[in-house]
Amino acid sequence: MIELRNVSKWFGDFQVLNDCSTKVAKGEVVVVCGPSGSGKSTLIKCVNGLEPFQKGSIEVDGTSVGAKDTNLPELRSHIGMVFQNFELFPHIKVIGNITLAQLKVLQRDEKQAGEKAHALLERVGLLDQADKYPAQLSGGQQQRVAIARALAMDPIAMLFDEPTSALDPEMINEVLDVMVELANDGMTMMVVTHEMGFARKVADRVIFMDEGRIEEDCTKDDFFGTPRGARAQVFLSKILQH
Amino acid sequence: MNYNWDWGVLLQEPYFDWLVSGFSWTITVSLVAWVLAFSLGSIVGILRTTDSKFLRAIGTGYVEFFRNIPLLVQMFLWYFVFPELLPESAGMWVKRGMPMPEFTTAAICLGLYTASRVGEQVRAGILAVGIGQRNAGLAMGLTPAQVYRFVLVPVSYRIIIPPLTSEFLTIFKNSSLALTIGVLELTAQARQIEEYTFQGFEAFTAATLLYICVTSIVMLIMRVVEGKAAIPGMISLGAK
Ligand SMILES: Nc1ncnc2c1ncn2[C@@H]1O[C@H](COP(=O)(O)OP(=O)(O)OP(=O)(O)O)[C@@H](O)[C@H]1O
Ligand SMILES: [Mg+2]
Repeated sequence: MIELRNVSKWFGDFQVLNDCSTKVAKGEVVVVCGPSGSGKSTLIKCVNGLEPFQKGSIEVDGTSVGAKDTNLPELRSHIGMVFQNFELFPHIKVIGNITLAQLKVLQRDEKQAGEKAHALLERVGLLDQADKYPAQLSGGQQQRVAIARALAMDPIAMLFDEPTSALDPEMINEVLDVMVELANDGMTMMVVTHEMGFARKVADRVIFMDEGRIEEDCTKDDFFGTPRGARAQVFLSKILQH
Repeated sequence: MNYNWDWGVLLQEPYFDWLVSGFSWTITVSLVAWVLAFSLGSIVGILRTTDSKFLRAIGTGYVEFFRNIPLLVQMFLWYFVFPELLPESAGMWVKRGMPMPEFTTAAICLGLYTASRVGEQVRAGILAVGIGQRNAGLAMGLTPAQVYRFVLVPVSYRIIIPPLTSEFLTIFKNSSLALTIGVLELTAQARQIEEYTFQGFEAFTAATLLYICVTSIVMLIMRVVEGKAAIPGMISLGAK
């Protein structure tokens, strides 16, 4: 479904991604972790072309992301993305956030889009918030709306960039629960997160990044079970402490 | 000081008509210039936030050019120098042929100048909305143009209502410079009344009050607009 081959990227002289290769098969859940600044966000943004890369190739569902003639908006409309800071559009109501791209990109009509939005709001437990503005919701609620917004496009895969790290601790679980459910429904997911509980529960594979490199890329059991490279060990011991 | 106060002079003909006519020219120059400044400024500001180096350079060039030459100099350049640079017949048309040459030149000059300032506000507003919102729009499959249309512009223009209001008030006050190329707007008419009647204090007091009146009304209206445009639950985008 998603395949990265030898992807390298530079910001000026600084190399953020160094020869990264990995695959996410259909229905697979892959967790990406690693220290701050290791390039996780950059990597995941390369997958839907939000960040250009200079070397290597990325294919999503058979389409090359980096190719000049790729219709990026069309490709992105099939890949959902959820951000650390939710990024709901503040000037439109929750319902409008979920219908916007359905109307403008998928050309669904108001009725279809509205029904879809309501169904998804029900799924994330926020049906009663449809007519509020994003700033009137809690962080956890906003992030669940953001997930509903992405799902409204019927994506073939979902990308998450630290979806819970801007949340107060008591709200983390309501978002993770939605994500676990999604994973159990068979969604293809690439998730940047430090929530190792989530990784343990639903991940098929774990990728560990450091200084722009994919240092570990293995099954969940291998990652948590057998001793890994020194850097991954240090990282794991740090985040598993709390 | 031995000054003969005579407020009645303001109500006499033709001086009252002069004030009214001067006031309407001031309003007309300001409004025409504002329409130009707002439209062109929006384009310039948006260009400066696009991905394309080329488009950004055009926007930056525009702003640097118009912002760095004093407005009065620009007024003279457009009125006295620009027509001479054109082929003779075109130059003649700009000087005499086109409808109301002084007014047109003044409004365009003021509009082009203020567009550079509006452009800066628009750019700042869009940057304040942030890369995250842009990415969120793009990630769901909106085209860059759609992201501007449905997200960046509606949010950023709400943020910049206060600075845009102040740009409008500036255009209104700057419109008095149009008198230097012969537009008989409010300040020019006040001066003319002074010359004819020697009642300069009354004339300029009347002009001052009219300016203050308009700026106060504009500020009141814009406060209502700002309230209406406010996004429920949001205190400020900066707090995000
Ligand atoms: N637009 C940019 N220009 C220059 N450098 C950048 C840019 N974006 C990111 N970087 C740098 O690239 C490196 C990787 O950034 P990235 O955001 O991918 O890290 P991350 O692993 O997601 O970190 P975090 O856990 O803090 O989110 C960092 O050193 C960062 O400073
Ligand atoms: Mg990151």
